[in-house]
Amino acid sequence: MSASKDLSEQLTHLYKNHASKVLASLVRLLGDFDLAEEAMHEAFSVALDTWNKQGVPANPTAWLISTGRFKAIDNLRRSKRFGELEPDIQRLLTEIEEHNQTLSQQDIEDDQLRMIFTCCHPAIDPQIQIPLTLREVCGLSTEEIASAYLVSTSTMAQRIVRGKNKIQQAKIPFVIPDLQELPERLDAVLSVIYLVFSEGYSASTGNSLLRVDLSNEAIRLARLVLALRPDSEVMGLLALMLLHESRRKARTDENGNIILLQDQDKSLWLQSYIDEGRSLVQQALETRRVGAYTLQAAIAAVHAQSTDNTDWNQIISLYSVLLQVEPSPVIELNRAVAIAMRDGPQAGLDAIDNIEEKSELRGYHKLYSTQAEFFSRLGKTTEAAAAYKQALKLVKQSAEKRFLSEKLAELSPN
Amino acid sequence: MQYMLLIYSDENDWTETQRSDCMQKSMLISAELTAQGKLISASPLHSVTTATSLRIKNGKRQVTDGPFAETTEQLGGYYIIDVNNLDEAIEIASSLPPAQKGTVEIRPIFELPEMQSAT
Repeated sequence: MSASKDLSEQLTHLYKNHASKVLASLVRLLGDFDLAEEAMHEAFSVALDTWNKQGVPANPTAWLISTGRFKAIDNLRRSKRFGELEPDIQRLLTEIEEHNQTLSQQDIEDDQLRMIFTCCHPAIDPQIQIPLTLREVCGLSTEEIASAYLVSTSTMAQRIVRGKNKIQQAKIPFVIPDLQELPERLDAVLSVIYLVFSEGYSASTGNSLLRVDLSNEAIRLARLVLALRPDSEVMGLLALMLLHESRRKARTDENGNIILLQDQDKSLWLQSYIDEGRSLVQQALETRRVGAYTLQAAIAAVHAQSTDNTDWNQIISLYSVLLQVEPSPVIELNRAVAIAMRDGPQAGLDAIDNIEEKSELRGYHKLYSTQAEFFSRLGKTTEAAAAYKQALKLVKQSAEKRFLSEKLAELSPN
Repeated sequence: MQYMLLIYSDENDWTETQRSDCMQKSMLISAELTAQGKLISASPLHSVTTATSLRIKNGKRQVTDGPFAETTEQLGGYYIIDVNNLDEAIEIASSLPPAQKGTVEIRPIFELPEMQSAT
């Protein structure tokens, strides 16, 4: 009994870790998401029976893919939908049967990469790329994704089906893009990964435990892509996420209130993530092909070094390079904060005044909370209060709302 | 896999030279696609000012002047191509001159079973 319990635990573990690999290879072999999913589930159920009697094979993933393949052939043969086998199906069957029975580790990894590129294909609605990637690449259940994004399971299921239909009907190829297209397509994949991470990290809404999962999934995805494509921006993105994630425990108190970087308990920082992040930043900078993720990671790495003795000069110059690579008023705002840290609050206010596309920030609460902070440090309480009130009108997340309300309350002595 | 490439652009945004350049290039592209066995059919369309729309309401025929919908970009031509997948269709669409001025909409063609067996 305990042996079979062990086995079922092992299968659960295997499912969590290998289902997406098995699915990716089956999708390539079968050219059909639905057939592949069906075959994968059957392969896992056969595994439970067979492994119970014969023990777990040396390469369980390859075993599952191979079994799934034969199950799919069986299903196609028996399927009433096709009656006497149509030429298309006959051809598919021959192809599947002829296909090399043993898959190398490389094949399996390439299939996962194909799956990522397919789910993040620009022809798929960006709103759908993310849940599709979480479902098909990370193996999260539709319920989990729905609850992380605060929509009903049926809404999320519809989005995922729409994505799968698009792949099938528009015939989005299941391939790794060729070299000419790769940089652009890789950018799209990285931005999906970063959106998944940010959704998990910023916790704008929703269940916090699932949010942690999203961040971890994003880190896992970036590791996977990095293993397959050691591109400098993949390193940069992974480093950026690790450096942010290293401070997860320190950035809020037990009531979920925000703690600013300089007030955080550094012993709560995850040193292993910081070390890995910093070494990745180093590697990425050495390639001399520095992009926006690497620069943001480099800034985060400077912050991770020390909180009492931050090298603001270095941070300001990194922001300046970042602005050349990716001009954005939000980055200018962050640079203004760094300038204020070095040259005082008035310099920060001046820098904000000089932001070129400032109108784009009008709906962004951080513009006003930053100004409020600078006014308050200059002793201009009235201006500070007005700015905090404006920020409070715009802020959505409850922890940030509490934080700003406290700041506003601290301004008036009574 | 067959795709229809629908070419939309602002009709009034073309000079005569641009238009004839576009025709020349499009003819070359069509010849190339035919040689590769990828072209089913292609053609420019007359101006949207020549469009006629028809609806049947309560069994009564309603014929009106003009397109189905007034839009800033108008349908100006089409290609029907036969390629392996969407990426190849995107590649061909990117080579079309109007892609620089307007929009190329790529639509997979729904193949009816009887159409398949007829070919």
